[in-house]
Amino acid sequence: MLSETLANGNWNLAFLVLFFPLAGLLFNLIAGKWLGEKVIGAVASLATGLSFVMALLMGTWLMQGGGEAVTVPLFDWFRAGSLHLGWTLRIDTLSVMMMLVVTGVGTLIHIYAIGYMHDDVRHQGDPGRFQRFFVFLNLFIFAMLILVSADSYLMMFVGWEGVGLCSYLLIGFWYEKGAEGTGNAKAAKKAFIVNRIGDFGLLLALFLLFGAFGTLNFDPIFKNAALASPAIILAATLLMLLGVAGKSAQLPLFVWLPDAMAGPTPVSALIHAATMVTAGVYLIARSAPLYELAPSAQLVATWLGAATALFAATIAIAQNDIKKVLAYSTISQLGFMVAAVGMGAMVAGLFHLVTHAFFKALLFLAAGSVIQGMERGLHEAAHHGGEYDEDVDPQDMRSMGGLRSRMGLTFWVYLIGALALAGIAPLAGFFSKDEILLDALHEQPGVFAVLLTAAFLTAFYMGRQVLLVFFGQPRSEAAAHATESPAVMTVPLVLLAAGSVLAGALNLPVEGLHWLTGWLEHSIAGAESLPFDWLVAVGSTLVALSGLAAAYFFYGKRQPLGRALADPLSSAGCWVYSAFQHKWWVDDIYRKWLVGPLRAMSEFLAATFDQQVIDGVPKLLGESVKDFAIWLSGLQNGLVRSYIMAVLGGLIFILAFLLFIMR
Amino acid sequence: MTLDFTPILPFMIVAGAALALLVLDLFWPVRLKWLTPLLAAASLLAALVVELGQANYLRAGLSNMVIIDNFSVFANAIFICSGIAAIALAYDYIQRTGINHGEYYVLMLFSISGMLLMSTAADLIIVFLALELLSVPLYVLTGFARPRLDSEEAALKYFLLGAFSSGVLLYGIALLYGATSYTSLHGILSAVSRGTADMPLVVVGAAFLLVGVAFKGGVVPFHMWAPDVYQGAPTSVTGFMSVGAKAAGFVALLRIFVVAFPPVAVELTSVMNFLASLTMLIGNIAAIGQRNIKRMLAYSGIAQAGYMLMAFVPFGNKAIINDSVASMIFYLAVYAIASFGAWAVVVAVEQAEGRGLDIDDYAGLGRRYPLLGVAMLIFMLSFIGLPPTLGFWGKFYLFRSVIEGNYIVLALVGMLASLISAYYYLRVVVMMFLHDGANITVRRNWLLSGLVGVSALAVLLLGLMPGPLFQMAADALLRL
Repeated sequence: MLSETLANGNWNLAFLVLFFPLAGLLFNLIAGKWLGEKVIGAVASLATGLSFVMALLMGTWLMQGGGEAVTVPLFDWFRAGSLHLGWTLRIDTLSVMMMLVVTGVGTLIHIYAIGYMHDDVRHQGDPGRFQRFFVFLNLFIFAMLILVSADSYLMMFVGWEGVGLCSYLLIGFWYEKGAEGTGNAKAAKKAFIVNRIGDFGLLLALFLLFGAFGTLNFDPIFKNAALASPAIILAATLLMLLGVAGKSAQLPLFVWLPDAMAGPTPVSALIHAATMVTAGVYLIARSAPLYELAPSAQLVATWLGAATALFAATIAIAQNDIKKVLAYSTISQLGFMVAAVGMGAMVAGLFHLVTHAFFKALLFLAAGSVIQGMERGLHEAAHHGGEYDEDVDPQDMRSMGGLRSRMGLTFWVYLIGALALAGIAPLAGFFSKDEILLDALHEQPGVFAVLLTAAFLTAFYMGRQVLLVFFGQPRSEAAAHATESPAVMTVPLVLLAAGSVLAGALNLPVEGLHWLTGWLEHSIAGAESLPFDWLVAVGSTLVALSGLAAAYFFYGKRQPLGRALADPLSSAGCWVYSAFQHKWWVDDIYRKWLVGPLRAMSEFLAATFDQQVIDGVPKLLGESVKDFAIWLSGLQNGLVRSYIMAVLGGLIFILAFLLFIMR
Repeated sequence: MTLDFTPILPFMIVAGAALALLVLDLFWPVRLKWLTPLLAAASLLAALVVELGQANYLRAGLSNMVIIDNFSVFANAIFICSGIAAIALAYDYIQRTGINHGEYYVLMLFSISGMLLMSTAADLIIVFLALELLSVPLYVLTGFARPRLDSEEAALKYFLLGAFSSGVLLYGIALLYGATSYTSLHGILSAVSRGTADMPLVVVGAAFLLVGVAFKGGVVPFHMWAPDVYQGAPTSVTGFMSVGAKAAGFVALLRIFVVAFPPVAVELTSVMNFLASLTMLIGNIAAIGQRNIKRMLAYSGIAQAGYMLMAFVPFGNKAIINDSVASMIFYLAVYAIASFGAWAVVVAVEQAEGRGLDIDDYAGLGRRYPLLGVAMLIFMLSFIGLPPTLGFWGKFYLFRSVIEGNYIVLALVGMLASLISAYYYLRVVVMMFLHDGANITVRRNWLLSGLVGVSALAVLLLGLMPGPLFQMAADALLRL
């Protein structure tokens, strides 16, 4: 009975994919107060897990149906005149792929977070927030699923803003912590505001589309796109890129993502590495029919992505915070994806999205494990009363070293993630990055060169990170006393590591094994993969290996000792290295030339203009009306003769007027 | 020829009851004094029943001197209900201020009978008769607090000015008779349309009539009696006057001008436009400067007259006149409900010897008497015209008919005036809730509380579903 309902493609059940996280968050919101951490965590993980099962199920239904897209109307949102907005799910191979990534990686991160947050809430001193964290996390999954399952730009925008809200809430999860007690809150605010700039572009794009097509539903827009004015399509796609740059942290709006690392590490893994930040890539892929009609927009997207990939990679090599390195690496990898989908290599970009979700989530979670290991070590060292430095930052790689022996499992999964990211065969990253490079070589050789350089830098900074964290001698008491994390955290790590190894199999560059291409061609017209090219594959592997070797040359042989010593590169690279280290001064430039003047203007408007002019005008008006009122009251002198004069005067005035107009 | 008295049956009931009570009250011992207001209310209820029974009963009577139609039924229902509310307002008040004479109710009944006659008048002679019948008892009632000096002064002022305006009205009637040799509304209309009338004289006569009734309605610049009289009269009389007399003035205006004067609308419209703007602005602005709540409400009433006059500006436009009339008498009903509520609050707060009438005296009352404060808030919001109160719908329909008549500038002036009015209406509420003040003890009386409660509920509930009441107003067509 059950198997029958499930096997026949019962699309009425599609809403369940959204329902589970919603139910989970409501349950935890209402009942969480009385439940233990284990129950809260289990409910939240189960809700996400069930959504994953539902997504899998829908995937099989799609395959049975030949992969054709299905739309499932849920309910009317509202009707006003001729405007009718429905709430409809779009289930096709693209949306199911995204759902699988979101809920699959999401489930593992939920489970990991049970262990991580157990420690974190105690470390930060407010165990009551455990419940809130999982409510937010489920809310994020819910919003992200709305984003990817939308059948219209409007509904997608709802999800788009929903994930933005969750991002804000979770970056500022410890809002009263951080530098000067406001650091985290500022980071959250920055993320939100920078994203607003992007959303502004996206909104304008949606207005343009609505103006041109009278609807925001995908199908009618894509069907009629060729008939619309090319200028409108170009403007809409370019404005959409602004939204992409915001959400997916591309140039010039990437500045929020490094700061977003203020959120707890599972948040960095889930939202700011694996899922939400890829929404921009998804948006371009979903809008592929529009981008195909606007080659200039494609070109802009391609170069935007490529430039970001290289730019962020240069910054990553000079960072000392373990999570900051990964953050810039994420920006760089998102640049790869945007460049790919910009070139029209949709499958390559989405393939990289999937593999990146695995190994970047893995790296972040493993980094979280390292950080908590360091914190435990710090605690331990303090306990033993030995000599230790209280200022040790558990995220600073210069204080680490030698963790390989103390956190064996974390080391191995971290190594797998790093090699996957560096693009070493046969790990997942190799295949997806290779496919992007291959497409770039065919479409834009210039882009190919840029991306290849970025790939070299990727291998270099990941090699540097692994060497600094896990090899050599411990450079602090904390590192010397670090301990391995509990199983609830390491099991998801192992599963993600398996994914990082195996995800490449999704789209092996062998005829007949282009499985993902075959899957996505139902959603994206003209999805194809180029035949395998040994030259590119070997070339990119050599580049990655040379990056690792260079890292070993600088950081493996001559270990920098302690925080006081300068990075070996700093002497070699002079001002260039300084530029890397200071993130090309982008934040400083923004602060000085954008934020500063804006703030000055706001202060002028608030303190001077508003208080004196805006408030002054009504005040003046009010006062003069009041004066007039008092003068009027004075006319009322209480004498009957003046009152009769008024009546008579009025009468005479009226008569004079009437006689005048009747003349 | 037999006389058919059915068209003026409600009038006869009320006037008859007044005559009977005038005599009976003399013979009742003091302990039975409560019978007078009771019987007065009973006669009003009887009149109301008869009146409502005359709905959809169109006929002219008494040699076409009077006419009844749904318009007169609706207007008379307002008059009778305000009479009942006025009794509730007065019952406790005149006892505690020591003016509990049975004549109070008798005079009120006479005044109401004048109003009832006014709405049915089809002849200018009846208009004049009704106007005097409703006014003279009001002059006496104004001075009812004798020997209080300000009451006597107010009565004398009201009388002198009222007599003057009656003279103007009568002069207008004489001019019209001279111009058309008719005093009946239809006669004047037919003479004008036949072309046998002396047109400039008709226009001038109509202007005199306008001034005469505008005086009753409190239209600027014929309003100056209102603040002094409202302040001096016993508060219960003021409440009655501010609704009844004003409504009677506007009912007369509607009846006379819509029936008889569409041909001279071109000339008169610009005059009314000007008067409406002036009334709204002056009324609302002058209200800001008031410290006494009775004077403030007097100016508020003047301003409200301006709004009503505003809807009347396009009265010559046949296409929208029904909308105009409907929105205007709907507004009249809305104004009546909120007014009685507000006056009941004023009566309840008023202390012996005329204290407790300054707006400053309301400080802190809302915190000590939350229900009273909330009720006053509701009335004030309704006066401003904010949703969800009934006042919003009143203004909504008014402005709609003004805009339909294409008087955009006038509508904007009305909006501006409403904006200004928010200041002094809300000042009362601010005073009640946000200031600390003297410890005034509010009079608790079930009739007053009932009046406040019913008015507040009506303003709110009818504000949530204004449809039925507005439908009634829309059905209250004038028979042309």
